Amino acid sequence: MNYLVIVIGAILVNNIVLMQFLGICPFLGVSKKVSTGIGMTGAVAFVMILATIVTYLIQHYVLEKFGLGFLQTIAFILIIASLVQMVEIILKKVSPPLYQALGIFLPLITTNCAILGVAILTVQNEFNLLEGVIFSTSHAIGFGLALILFAGIREHLDLQDVPKGLKGTPIALIAAGILAMAFMGFSGLV
Amino acid sequence: MAKRESSFINMVTTLVLVTGIAAAALGFVYDFTKGPIEAAKLKAQTEAIKNVLPEFDELGETKTITPAEGADALEFFPAYKNGELVGTAIKTYTKSGFSGFISIMAGIDKDGNFSGYSVLEHAETPGLGSKMDVWFNNPEKPKQYVIGKNPGSTNFTVSKDGGEIDAITASTITSRAFLEALTLAYDSYKNNEK
Amino acid sequence: MSQLKNFSKGFIKENPVFVLLLGMCPTLGVTSSAINGLGMGLATTFVLLMSNMVVSMVKSAIPDKVRIPAFIVIIATFVTIVQLTMQAYLPSLFKSLGLFIPLIVVNCLVLGRAEAFASKNNLVSSVIDGLGMGLGFTFALVTLGGIREILGSGKIFNITIYPENYVTLVFVLSPGAFIVLGYLIAALNKIKKN
Repeated sequence: MNYLVIVIGAILVNNIVLMQFLGICPFLGVSKKVSTGIGMTGAVAFVMILATIVTYLIQHYVLEKFGLGFLQTIAFILIIASLVQMVEIILKKVSPPLYQALGIFLPLITTNCAILGVAILTVQNEFNLLEGVIFSTSHAIGFGLALILFAGIREHLDLQDVPKGLKGTPIALIAAGILAMAFMGFSGLV
Repeated sequence: MAKRESSFINMVTTLVLVTGIAAAALGFVYDFTKGPIEAAKLKAQTEAIKNVLPEFDELGETKTITPAEGADALEFFPAYKNGELVGTAIKTYTKSGFSGFISIMAGIDKDGNFSGYSVLEHAETPGLGSKMDVWFNNPEKPKQYVIGKNPGSTNFTVSKDGGEIDAITASTITSRAFLEALTLAYDSYKNNEK
Repeated sequence: MSQLKNFSKGFIKENPVFVLLLGMCPTLGVTSSAINGLGMGLATTFVLLMSNMVVSMVKSAIPDKVRIPAFIVIIATFVTIVQLTMQAYLPSLFKSLGLFIPLIVVNCLVLGRAEAFASKNNLVSSVIDGLGMGLGFTFALVTLGGIREILGSGKIFNITIYPENYVTLVFVLSPGAFIVLGYLIAALNKIKKN
């Protein structure tokens, strides 16, 4: 499949957060400041790409070989949980300030539907390993794009005069909806 | 409530045990549901074939045809009534949909025209591209109606590209992909006839 | 807390979607129609119920350090059971819910209840908590799905209420999900204050 189509498709047209609804929890939870958004994107990107590679290998060389396709959900989520654990240990040693800043959200990456979602989609779309890496990298970029754009919007929203009933989560969701509408405009690209 | 202490042995044993029991339980459920899953798939397929072909009483042997080099195979389901071929249902596909893969069961009657189609699988936009299941099937709109026609005698591309079929409003990409899948089925059918 | 309070907290006071903001991904992703919301809600309730039950039963046997991975395996097992059963006996619902069925395993609601409640409470309370939270989740999904389906396609549970020409398509598309949920939460906040 054309690599450019995969990249543009993943980042803009089928943006993982705004069009496919994966990764919403961190999207709403970590997007209050642009700086935490960037840190989160880095961690998610790392786990997403690594997870896609490992799950691809396990799917093709273990699960399918031994007819154990039905164990896909268990195997994939265990792989992701282990990778997140690994990232936590590495981050603690390599960059303690970043580890502190991400706090509770680091182990929460395990339950980020975007990571499991991208791993399953890679298998479903029958990509080969290289296409899978491009696919997951593009989706990680798409996730980061949506997250950072949204964080910027929220930083501005905080300074605005929002009606009392809509303050906080409701206005954030409505803003996300408008952002999603903007992204729908990309649909003619591919 | 006291928990077991987190010694290394305890942790490993617990995880192995939990995973082992889980895998065994799943293996059991899998065996149990394997039959019904296959049956459900077969039922959906037979339904689709019935929807796209004129009446038949017997399905011939399924043939798998690879259209061109590298492309995925198509499945041919010839159908007979009283021993005579009434049409062939072809499971065709395209990867050029707006959201990628679209799978369509297309029926070609013995005169080589499309007798019907049924969209099997797709991820197109609801309310827009997803309308392909009825848009091209509407006898009251001859310019978008594909039944009774074939790519050999009609230009099976969207009017925007100079063809003779009207695309779905605001869903040109899905329409193009749809026609591409149908043309693939027809071309493979013609090539197979030779 | 009384078991009645334990059960009913999931509907309004601690509604997983509107108050705790857990399980957002399926909430936005499968609520383009009420029936999809209902199917997903019930599937999640089943997993929540079963995993709460098992976690509560084995909580003292699992070393503290490996409890999260152990819980995840237990949850994943029930999710796979739901997957296989749906594929065998409810194939059309399976197709509509698609990717979101395996994603139940990362629904923060399920792991959240296992960790916050079932691992610390007795069997009966945990089962009732699972049931209450799951049904509250289902209630939220059906409400959101119903509103989106009525505004975006003129139907509810596939019964046409008003003609297609008057629909506001955006409500069954991505932006509509965010916007309707935003207003629903705002409305619920208002109700709770009064």
